[in-house]
Amino acid sequence: MSELTKSAPDEQTTPTPRVVAFRGGGFAPKPHRWIGLAVFLILLALAEIGTQTGFITSLTLPKPSDVLQTFKELYASGLLWKHLGPSLSRLAVGAALGASFGIGVGILIGLFSFIRAGLVPLVAAIFPIPKIALLPLFVIWFGIDEGSKYALIAFGTFTPTVVATYGAVDNVDRTLIRMGQSFGLTWFSIVRKIVLPGAMPGILSGLRISLAIAIILLVAAEMLGAEYGIGAYILEAGALYDLERLFVGVVILSMLGVMVSAVIGFLEKKLLRWRS
Amino acid sequence: MDIRLSGVGHFYDEFEVMRDISLDIPSGKIVCIVGPSGCGKSTLLRIIGGLERPTKGEVLQMGDAPKGCLNPLTYIFQDFALLPWRTVSGNISLVLEDHGIKGAQAKDIIGDVLARTSLSDFAEALPRQLSGGMKQRVAIARALAVNPAVMLMDEPLSALDSQTRELLMDDLVSLWNRAPFTAVYVTHNLSEAVRLGHSIVVLSRRPGIIREIVHVDKPLAERGYSDPDLEDQQRRLWNLLRDEARAADAELLNV
Repeated sequence: MSELTKSAPDEQTTPTPRVVAFRGGGFAPKPHRWIGLAVFLILLALAEIGTQTGFITSLTLPKPSDVLQTFKELYASGLLWKHLGPSLSRLAVGAALGASFGIGVGILIGLFSFIRAGLVPLVAAIFPIPKIALLPLFVIWFGIDEGSKYALIAFGTFTPTVVATYGAVDNVDRTLIRMGQSFGLTWFSIVRKIVLPGAMPGILSGLRISLAIAIILLVAAEMLGAEYGIGAYILEAGALYDLERLFVGVVILSMLGVMVSAVIGFLEKKLLRWRS
Repeated sequence: MDIRLSGVGHFYDEFEVMRDISLDIPSGKIVCIVGPSGCGKSTLLRIIGGLERPTKGEVLQMGDAPKGCLNPLTYIFQDFALLPWRTVSGNISLVLEDHGIKGAQAKDIIGDVLARTSLSDFAEALPRQLSGGMKQRVAIARALAVNPAVMLMDEPLSALDSQTRELLMDDLVSLWNRAPFTAVYVTHNLSEAVRLGHSIVVLSRRPGIIREIVHVDKPLAERGYSDPDLEDQQRRLWNLLRDEARAADAELLNV
């Protein structure tokens, strides 16, 4: 304190003003729409240049342009739909079964303590099992045809959906439920009008994961005994070391994933408009 | 319809929150409950409305609720408890739907309560678009929609800034003047208590017992911002509470 008061009269010059440096930047993600696409295109261009110049041998990576050519041929021959059609219907039926059962069981676990006590350990026991390992069992139970494929995909989407759903139900604001009770709403009304909408954000973000798992399992199921389907197509290409076709299959799967994610994004926009 | 509490006591496990609370809540009056933090005021309010079961004693409803009363004991919560996915009018219709009130009849009620809380222009707004004061007005409108016999208000203005609080206090006073309602008003804010309470119940720190019941005789309409009579009352209350508050502040939290 004494230092301060003493030094002030000694220095006759006025202190030079300085702008206070800004130090509050960063740590705030902003959307940059085109950068994702640019990264993708740059990687593709690098692969193309590398394979054209021979820096990357054709055994290491196929030329992106050849992959595109193969895709065009697949499309022109009409085989694309022949593979994609069954795959999409398997994905749709299996994922719909698994997700709807998963959401149903998840809500029951979230609402009833007895069901929770009984089923949570069971779900925890089932979750880490690689469902592909059970495929032979599914073949015996549901037949070699579509049944076993539906079951595999449904089973694989079921467990993550259950876990996400009961977590979402647990996270519903209790004060809103108390409010419902205090206004004399029926139990069913509280579940339908407060618990379900409140759990919707968590359920939808759980579906994102479940549906990605569904695509992985779709390929696995089709690799084991299917004439048509993306998985069968990839398996065949892999067996022949036909890297162009293998990559065509992989690209189709990626696009499928992007499409599923877009559908969920659309649902989120539609159902969760109330969120800021 | 009066409410009578007789010998209400409550425990959380081994932990005594309140002891032997006996109190009459006369109809048409606002009873404020004040006390240091952790004295169980909010628990007491939850017990009065049947959201929690008291360990000892009972809460009695004296007589039947008036006709046309959909939900005799109706809460107004500190954090508003509005459904974020419903609009203002949707939030109000929520509490009518279960009573089978839909369509034109519901529209009339919603229009009426929105007009009484001057919210008519905000009927289609979502809660996230509203300020805190507006949200609490919506909650008050929702409570009015069910025509309650007793309003149970749990620190309704505590989440608001002090200017909004003044505005809402004026709103509550004018609502009461137009149609006197019965209310139990829990608060830690003594100036709210002296502005709105016909009687003020002072609770001690945990375990909460009634230390004193102070009556404020001045009519609600005549009580204003920084009224000297009220300041006196408030000082008296603070003298009662100061030591309790200090001791409560120094306690370790176990609940």
